[in-house]
Amino acid sequence: MSDVKWGMVVDVDKCSGCQACVIACMSENNIPINLDRDFTENRSIAWIRVERYWEGEYPDVKARFLPVLCQHCGNAPCEPVCPVYATFHNDQGMNIQVYNRCVGTRYCANNCPYHARYFNYRRPTWPETYNNYLNPDVTVRDRGIMEKCSFCVQRINAATRIAKREGNEDAIAGLQTACAQACPTDALVFGNLNNPNSEVSQLYDDERSYVLQESIGTQPNVRYLKKIDEHAAEKAHAH
Amino acid sequence: MQDRPTLTPTQINEELLWPVFSFRKRHALAFIPPMILISGGVAAVTILIYQGLWVTGLQRPAFWGFFIVNFVFWIGVSHAGTMISAILRLTQAEWKRPITRAAEVMTIFSLVVSLLHPVIHAGRPWRIIYWLLPYDFSRGIWPDVRSPLVWDPIAITTYLTGSILFVFTALIPDFALIRDQSSGLRKKIYGRLALGWRGTPRQWKLQGIFGLLMSALILPVFVSVHSIVSWDFAVSVVPAWHVTVYAPYFVIGAVHSGVSMVLTLMALMRWIFKLENYIWEDHFDAVGRLLIVIATLWLFFFFLDFAYSFYTREEQELAVMERRLFEWPFNAITVIMVFTSYVIPIPLWLSRRVRRNIPLMFWTSILVNIGMWLERYFLIIPAIERKNELTFLWSNYVPSLIESLVVLASFGMVGFLLLLFAKVVPLVPAWEAKEGVIFREDVQFGEVTLPGIIKETEEENVW
Repeated sequence: MSDVKWGMVVDVDKCSGCQACVIACMSENNIPINLDRDFTENRSIAWIRVERYWEGEYPDVKARFLPVLCQHCGNAPCEPVCPVYATFHNDQGMNIQVYNRCVGTRYCANNCPYHARYFNYRRPTWPETYNNYLNPDVTVRDRGIMEKCSFCVQRINAATRIAKREGNEDAIAGLQTACAQACPTDALVFGNLNNPNSEVSQLYDDERSYVLQESIGTQPNVRYLKKIDEHAAEKAHAH
Repeated sequence: MQDRPTLTPTQINEELLWPVFSFRKRHALAFIPPMILISGGVAAVTILIYQGLWVTGLQRPAFWGFFIVNFVFWIGVSHAGTMISAILRLTQAEWKRPITRAAEVMTIFSLVVSLLHPVIHAGRPWRIIYWLLPYDFSRGIWPDVRSPLVWDPIAITTYLTGSILFVFTALIPDFALIRDQSSGLRKKIYGRLALGWRGTPRQWKLQGIFGLLMSALILPVFVSVHSIVSWDFAVSVVPAWHVTVYAPYFVIGAVHSGVSMVLTLMALMRWIFKLENYIWEDHFDAVGRLLIVIATLWLFFFFLDFAYSFYTREEQELAVMERRLFEWPFNAITVIMVFTSYVIPIPLWLSRRVRRNIPLMFWTSILVNIGMWLERYFLIIPAIERKNELTFLWSNYVPSLIESLVVLASFGMVGFLLLLFAKVVPLVPAWEAKEGVIFREDVQFGEVTLPGIIKETEEENVW
């Protein structure tokens, strides 16, 4: 399966900030329910989050949305700093988090330029009625453990198994992460970057595509699409 | 010229060994403040382990807080032992004699206390063994040597081993002394510890050679330990942590805070154990002079750190510098830090009268300790709060009561261990004190015979 390299493209122009991806991710990946206190303490967990920025001066103001998830960097700053190999790179271009190796130094989160890593400060709890809704394919993380977007690795693994068993690659080709599946505007596109026919690999090299914080040199597998503003330089200069 | 007490060996034995053979009220009372601090810390850590890390002020993106700041501070303090004993031994500064052991022992205890911090910091201490022990257990995975967090334990345990060897060999003659003066079980235990010391010329020679060798060998470790601790930060991609100046900056800051801590310790030892005959004003004078140079070097690096950011004009680094200089509470912290660790003490120490005024030296050294603790906070926290170019997750870290209690307890713990150590062996090496008496008589400058210690501390009066 090493001819597969998973990646995602986020079209910022299409994102309406509806947060469906956040909810989909939470129910897929057994993320504990964030209460008020988790937000006020800056300890909420959301493997994908929608950052909102305001553009322009009142009254001509626009809200801009930027979904941020783990960028699955090819040259990930979080990987070499972990003393116990709790995070490493696999042969499918993904940045893997191994929960039961994590000792909780939190160095990886410090070193992540995207704030894509989340720490379990509390032991996660759900109302009892929710117990049957938890995804049996995903480990529930205890307190003291770092977690982050896994590109829905459980779906990838399941599809790979099916493909191997049936000798049919279709199961892999149709694979979607929970966030991409839930996105009503198709702003999130997930797929195999090594397949030149996939939608994601075509969008990946689009002229609109850019990388978050490119100066750090993380070589992410997640890229963003944004309308090219020819006057951006002038606008920035005017400030 | 100062009056110096002439001491006989019997008097030295009596004045230095009383805490070992008796338990006087002033020694017992000195245990109380550290015990109070420690009990606070034990309660705090118990709550933390039971409840989880939410009881701290840690959050996103400030995943490191008071524990790491305190860890770096105590690693820094541990540099005093080597500074005082190894460097001063190699440069043959005779005045260091009475303060070497206290400084070396403080090195060991501050290292032990600092090693506790990452364990508390991770929140689940039972997991730490996977990280700290370079062994694969049943997991088939060895620690990742690319991680600075693996370099840390290696550097620190090397330094700890070296320091323990250093202290232990220096202790052997004193173990023998206590062995010879005691009976029963105590004699047996100290006899074992003295490793058959008889005080023969050969044994003295070997001990001297070992001391010199260790001093030379431990110097690279001395430089590397805090460099490696600084690389926890400098190796990361966090703006304003990611600077090459951090390693020398941390080392010189470590020496500044460590030697100031030795000053504090000297004053306290002199007071608690009545060591007026051994720790003189000359010693405070000498350490004060040493600190003037070290503190000025530290100030140079303080400015250099800013210079690097202003030179590159990288926006994120400038945001951190702006936070350090202008935003509450870091503007206050910066001002307090610069004043307490440089602007107030150094001009005072320039005056010989102040350097010989022990209460004043005590309080100024406390000021430097406060300043250098804040310096760690100043270096570590603002950068991590302003890590991201995307401003959405900028935040302010506010330490919780639990974290503050642990910080206070670390001070109590070092004090407690030192007091306990004083019960076992004299904090001023008796053999060095006696050797000092002999050396003092030997020094001659032309026709003038002068005490040995004069050589170092009062050159201007000699000629």
